[in-house]
Amino acid sequence: MSEITAQTTNATSLLAFHRKMLRTKPLGGVGGFIFALFLFCGAFADFLAPYGMNDTDMLRVLEAPSLAHWMGTDHIGRDVFSRILYGAQQSVIIGFLAAGLATVISIVLGVLTGYFGGKADMLIQRFVDAWMTFPDLVLLIVVVSIVGPGVNQIVVILGCLYGIAGSRIIRGSTIAVRENMYTHAAQSMGANTLHILWFHVLPNVMPVVIVLFTTRVGAVILAEAGLSFLGLGIPPPVPTWGSMLSGGGRTYMYVGPWLALAPGLALTVVVYAINVYGDALRDMLDPRMRGR
Amino acid sequence: MMEPLLTISDLSVTFATERGRVQALDGVSLELAAGETLAIVGESGSGKSVTALSILGLLGDAGQVKGGSIEFQGEDLTRVSAARLREIRGNQIAFIFQEPMSSLNPVLTIGTQVAEPIWLHHKKSWPEAFAEAGELLAKVAIPDAAQRLEDYPHQFSGGMRQRVMIAMALACQPKLIIADEPTTALDVTVQAQILSLLKNLTKELGSSLILITHDLGVVARYADKVAVMYGGRVVETASALDLYKNPRHPYTKGLMDSIPKLDGDPGSRLHTIEGQPPDLSDLPSGCAFHPRCPYAHEACTASKPPLTAIATNHQRACFGYE
Repeated sequence: MSEITAQTTNATSLLAFHRKMLRTKPLGGVGGFIFALFLFCGAFADFLAPYGMNDTDMLRVLEAPSLAHWMGTDHIGRDVFSRILYGAQQSVIIGFLAAGLATVISIVLGVLTGYFGGKADMLIQRFVDAWMTFPDLVLLIVVVSIVGPGVNQIVVILGCLYGIAGSRIIRGSTIAVRENMYTHAAQSMGANTLHILWFHVLPNVMPVVIVLFTTRVGAVILAEAGLSFLGLGIPPPVPTWGSMLSGGGRTYMYVGPWLALAPGLALTVVVYAINVYGDALRDMLDPRMRGR
Repeated sequence: MMEPLLTISDLSVTFATERGRVQALDGVSLELAAGETLAIVGESGSGKSVTALSILGLLGDAGQVKGGSIEFQGEDLTRVSAARLREIRGNQIAFIFQEPMSSLNPVLTIGTQVAEPIWLHHKKSWPEAFAEAGELLAKVAIPDAAQRLEDYPHQFSGGMRQRVMIAMALACQPKLIIADEPTTALDVTVQAQILSLLKNLTKELGSSLILITHDLGVVARYADKVAVMYGGRVVETASALDLYKNPRHPYTKGLMDSIPKLDGDPGSRLHTIEGQPPDLSDLPSGCAFHPRCPYAHEACTASKPPLTAIATNHQRACFGYE
């Protein structure tokens, strides 16, 4: 019973939080709305898409947008709108899995090195420094060409790539929390280190974690599109925005500009929306920025 | 004389700083009986907080106990394992920090934080611990205690937060409570309330209390025994009454004279102790107080005066000036 009420209050407070965001940070609020819409489309692509992802109609090749085909058809008569929805599905899956993995890696590395400090911190953070000097895309291309394309590989690689770099941010806020009086108070109370990390440090770095996760979703989607564009992403026939751009989009750009415009715009709008949403989240969750 | 609950003997603590190791405590000895209230007074840097923190082994990475012992119920706290120390912290010895504004975790409810030590040490189920937290909040006179369990620290005023800290300290019925300047951050009107509450509740439990302060008024009103610290050493210790009536160390005398008197001459300048408090990384030779002492003689610059009894329950560290 109490659990149910707790959940409804959580849901209403989440709603109230976003209503406040819409009022104080309208751009971020709209970004959040687009982000939610994107999640919805990705989650229910199977029900929303008017055509199958690979249904071809050779009589309607390279048709301009119409009521039957909202975003036109491609060079083998597939409905572009349906493929955009299925592409969103791929982006949601990869975005959430890879950003989730990245966040977990960041938390583990960042909290441990930040809380304990000392030699281990030195060693691990120098490794992170070295890691961050590699250009993302080069590293991605090298690793994918070794292990081969596929959803699992991309999730693991992007997760590690962003997770290791992001640990620096979590480490910074962990150090700030560690120096707070309440962690000393918890120590004086006889709590062990694990207890302090879980109940006192982690909840207090959560605002940073939430923002990091959100912006990482955007970054991962963009990176995946880049890989797919280069043919190193998810293998066909599964549609992704990146492969739609490079496949039909590039080749038939002059005959059917909608082929390039649809995935390009989808990508731009979604990543932009996630970024402004993440920005607004940071402004609202960071106590130092509150009230501005 | 009762069996002492806590005996600190010849405790020395150093801190690693950028300018080398600094001697924060130099041969500190204190004794505390069960049920007694000991006040430790001294200015900033005199070592009073370091003494308190070293009892619980909370000196941090930079601090190190170099010598001496801290006997608590027959155990030397400077030698027990980290796990044993965690069992004692919060359960046998509780600590109240001076900043109630930052000593509570902002993202956890008050009830959760008060229940935490009970859950940690008494191995009770969470609902039981939470219910006990409600009783504790009522005990420290927080209005509508049961309703406020679900509130967060920012919904409490400074005085109310210090009450919550007291409730947390009392949660496991500790034998000893250490309060490090518990009222420094509070309004003057709230200070007396908090201290009376603390004193009454410790008396109710039969616990001992170490009160760290620089407020001599607080000492007179709440302490049984006083230890005056200067430059990392105890310079005088006596019963509170004795110390007020008959301060025997020049530093204590100076402190007493610095308290404005109600019957003093209006318009006259307040008494001050000349000079600056000593720099711990560069202490004067011999008695650390000698450069500021009006009675200093040659012996004072040559060696450190030991803490010696001059009357029953009255000790001072001075070569004498009478």
